[in-house]
Amino acid sequence: MRIKILIRLKSQILEPQGKVIEQSLNNLGFKEFLNIRQGKLIELDLPDNLSKEEKDQKIDSACKKLLVNDIIEEYEVLG
Amino acid sequence: MSFKSAVITFPGSNCDRDALCYLQDLTKGVVYNIWHEEASLPQVDLVILPGGFSFGDYLRSGAMASKSKIINDVIKHANNDRYLLGICNGFQILTEIGLLEGALIQNKNLKFLGKNCFIKKKFKNNFNLSIKEDQVLQIPVAHNEGNFYCDNETLKSLKNNEQIAFEYCKGEFSNSEENINGSIEAIAGITNKKKNILGMMPHPERAYSDFHPSQDGKLIIESLIS
Repeated sequence: MRIKILIRLKSQILEPQGKVIEQSLNNLGFKEFLNIRQGKLIELDLPDNLSKEEKDQKIDSACKKLLVNDIIEEYEVLG
Repeated sequence: MSFKSAVITFPGSNCDRDALCYLQDLTKGVVYNIWHEEASLPQVDLVILPGGFSFGDYLRSGAMASKSKIINDVIKHANNDRYLLGICNGFQILTEIGLLEGALIQNKNLKFLGKNCFIKKKFKNNFNLSIKEDQVLQIPVAHNEGNFYCDNETLKSLKNNEQIAFEYCKGEFSNSEENINGSIEAIAGITNKKKNILGMMPHPERAYSDFHPSQDGKLIIESLIS
């Protein structure tokens, strides 16, 4: 199964790239595009025969050990 | 007994050679250069995690290096109350390992900062003993993610335990800034609670020789060996 993990900076952390993207979009006429924040998406394959619990446990463990720094980031598994 | 030290090299480290020369010239003792895939460290007084872009800064600066094979021994070294110094990328690696609190995020102005900056000591520890109160040091920085962040509770504990070693300040250049990268309370370097581990964004190994514009970086090694 294909897994997608969305990682983003916590809302209280300044995300300057989003601010610059927002400025550029506004300059291009997309004036209603506000509060832009940029994150990252990690996609990976896991075997189909894993139970939901095993899958959740493996993803959670990988996020805690390497993929996410919980001081500044949060994550969610998409779909 | 002579002072022994080691510098760890990761793929993408680019200040390891500077750090080796810095230690060789100032400690006059044995200096080992250790590749990150080694399983063990020799017994040394000080280990430096050098600056650079370990593993291309993939995922987050320092994230991959913090899981390297040698890190288990680096943690043991620190747990034995020996000195551990992380400079720039080394500081990022120390926060990723969890040996130092907080995290280093992108500079507030989005710019890579490569220039001389000014710092002064905040709280006394073994790394800054030779530095006088209010003495302003000129030491270069070269980083994109040097903006120190921690939550309010951690900040309070860093202050209560006197763990803030250095803070940015204004210096002799008229365009020098008080806080170059947006760090909380202009923090440039912190220690752990026991104060045997220091992480700092400025590069003391680029400010010690006669051919450097400043020799203020000497004071850190002098503090440790005095």
